[in-house]
Amino acid sequence: MTSKHAKAFYFSIESLWVAAACASPCVQKCDTHRLDDAPPTKSVLTRDDGLKYYRTMQVIRRMELKADQLYKQKIIRGFCHLYDGQEACAVGIEAGINVTDHLITAYRAHGFAYTRGVPVKEILAELTGRRGGCAKGKGGSMHMYAKNFYGGNGIVGAQVPLGAGVALACKYLGTDQVCAALYGDGAANQGQIFEAYNMASLWKLPCIFICENNKYGMGTSVERASASTEYYKRGDFIPGLRVDGMDILCVKEATKFAADLCRAGKGPIVMELQTYRYHGHSMSDPGVSYRTREEIQEVRSKSDPISLLKDRMLSNNMASVEELKEIDVQVRKEIEEAAQFATTDPEPPLEDLCNHIFYNDVPLEVRGTLPWVKLKSVS
Amino acid sequence: MDEELERDERVYLLGEEVAQYDGAYKISRGLWKKYGDKRIIDTPIAEMGFSGIAVGSAMAGLRPICEFMTFNFAMQAIDQIINSAAKTYYMSAGLLPVPIVFRGPNGNATGVAAQHSQCFAAWYGQCPGLKVLSPWNAEDAKGLLKAAIRDDNPVVFLENELLYGVAFEVSEEAQSKDFVLPIGKAKVERQGTSITLVSHTIYVGHCLDAATILAKDIECEVINLRSIRPLDMEAIEKSVAKTHHLVTVEGGWPQFGVGAEICARIMEGPGFNYLDAPVIRVTGADIPMPYAKILEEHSVPQIKDIISAVKQSLNM
Repeated sequence: MTSKHAKAFYFSIESLWVAAACASPCVQKCDTHRLDDAPPTKSVLTRDDGLKYYRTMQVIRRMELKADQLYKQKIIRGFCHLYDGQEACAVGIEAGINVTDHLITAYRAHGFAYTRGVPVKEILAELTGRRGGCAKGKGGSMHMYAKNFYGGNGIVGAQVPLGAGVALACKYLGTDQVCAALYGDGAANQGQIFEAYNMASLWKLPCIFICENNKYGMGTSVERASASTEYYKRGDFIPGLRVDGMDILCVKEATKFAADLCRAGKGPIVMELQTYRYHGHSMSDPGVSYRTREEIQEVRSKSDPISLLKDRMLSNNMASVEELKEIDVQVRKEIEEAAQFATTDPEPPLEDLCNHIFYNDVPLEVRGTLPWVKLKSVS
Repeated sequence: MDEELERDERVYLLGEEVAQYDGAYKISRGLWKKYGDKRIIDTPIAEMGFSGIAVGSAMAGLRPICEFMTFNFAMQAIDQIINSAAKTYYMSAGLLPVPIVFRGPNGNATGVAAQHSQCFAAWYGQCPGLKVLSPWNAEDAKGLLKAAIRDDNPVVFLENELLYGVAFEVSEEAQSKDFVLPIGKAKVERQGTSITLVSHTIYVGHCLDAATILAKDIECEVINLRSIRPLDMEAIEKSVAKTHHLVTVEGGWPQFGVGAEICARIMEGPGFNYLDAPVIRVTGADIPMPYAKILEEHSVPQIKDIISAVKQSLNM
């Protein structure tokens, strides 16, 4: 134990736990499908990790709420699908895989853009359509990318075969990397997902198919969309896990378990994360026509992922209330600064309009809106 | 494909029957025996799935050749071709290139009827972010396919089933392992001064046959497009400046087709001033492809149609 940890090291009389530096909280046992093993029911949590997870989830939460605000001010346009409520999924998955692993998701992607390394200011500036955005303002909410993060995809379900393809590349190139291919309960009924399940299983691809089940595909509840709502079993011949998606440690342990399985050549695997989104499907959906405010409030008060982690850390004496409050203050400041950037950075220059059509190619001439308008495109 | 598989370890081929069956049309004959399961992959009948897998693998560093048994079946996968492959480099503002080739037979064969006979040149030719190639002879097929595989961007490679069995003379130069043709450049297959015939794939042959028949009185210049996107308008305009007459020939449907695009662009450019007659498009008939031989023959451009068009243009 380092001296850094020793500072916060002390005994709790009631439970005689060696607290603060480290704890092994219990996590819910996952339901399994075609698996003899399951992820561990105790997760080792160090203080440093706990604070990191807390901060990361709080950043995502506040970033999404800021996006909500900017959207209502009409500074963000078009589609905006917010992730607040689901933070434990993104942060837990990232904790369970390596930076060198790969991840792809659908359009509710801002949280993943952050966990995969895109700074908040570049995410917000992409939402506001500025040149400092991570896709230079050309992608928008649904098309953010980073190293080993393949977006941000707008076509429901299309990202799943793509993710299986990334996994194929991992296996082909002889790395021990895995790919997490995410989709929602709505997308889970897409035929191409079953095509991907089949090929991933035939070819034993190191692919973790992760269904973020937030109970609603846009305005349609899971019961109205799926003949079987046991999404972790939908892979049929593929082993599956059903995971409490509001508990970041549960997500982390399940992801690690799944990743280890894939790295051992026993992939693919399906993971269903049971989670919840506070916002509607997108900013144009108030989210209360198909579910009750009571339901939303119930989740907020009983299962909020950030509160759950906070309570855990406090009850295990891993952090103080003041410390966590200080993190909240810092996070708010970070988001404010990022929003400042996102609202003041200029829009992309018109010269950039036709760039990035082709990679590694000679400059080409692109027709504009009029026949005599010949615009230049460079790679 | 063999040469490119040998040259670059990241290149691989996937599709239905490409491996153990040697290819539905035997295009990949011998490749599986030489390269094995890792690089020549038989897929289940799941176009949307396997094309998505191919695109994903390209995003992660491989260089897939995704074969569709015909491009008719690629309609099931067209979302992956357009939305996942073609648009991604732009949407990511240069972060994520997609080096992939989608290839397979396009257009009509004989007797395969409506669902197996569509020409997709115009559909793919419309999309920014794609390169679209349509070879005619063996040199085209080799040089353009190698160029497509070496290109770091999504390329749609439209082959022709009827041409698979046709032998062509191949130059010394074309026999080299590094023979690569430039993408976006048409070729003048036959020099002429009376009229310009522009075509792609099997109809280039028809144009040359028509030119031979007309040779006594009319010297046709025959241009083989080779590339649908980018379209080599410069070559067409240069020819029209010389001949003042233009006929386009294609197997696809007339509305919004390749010929329609050429007409529009000729009109918008310097070529308009050189025309002595309106452009004439010879196209497939505007119907789903029928089965009976006599009906099928009348659904696609014949040599006599090309000759009629030439004479009409020249007012002969």
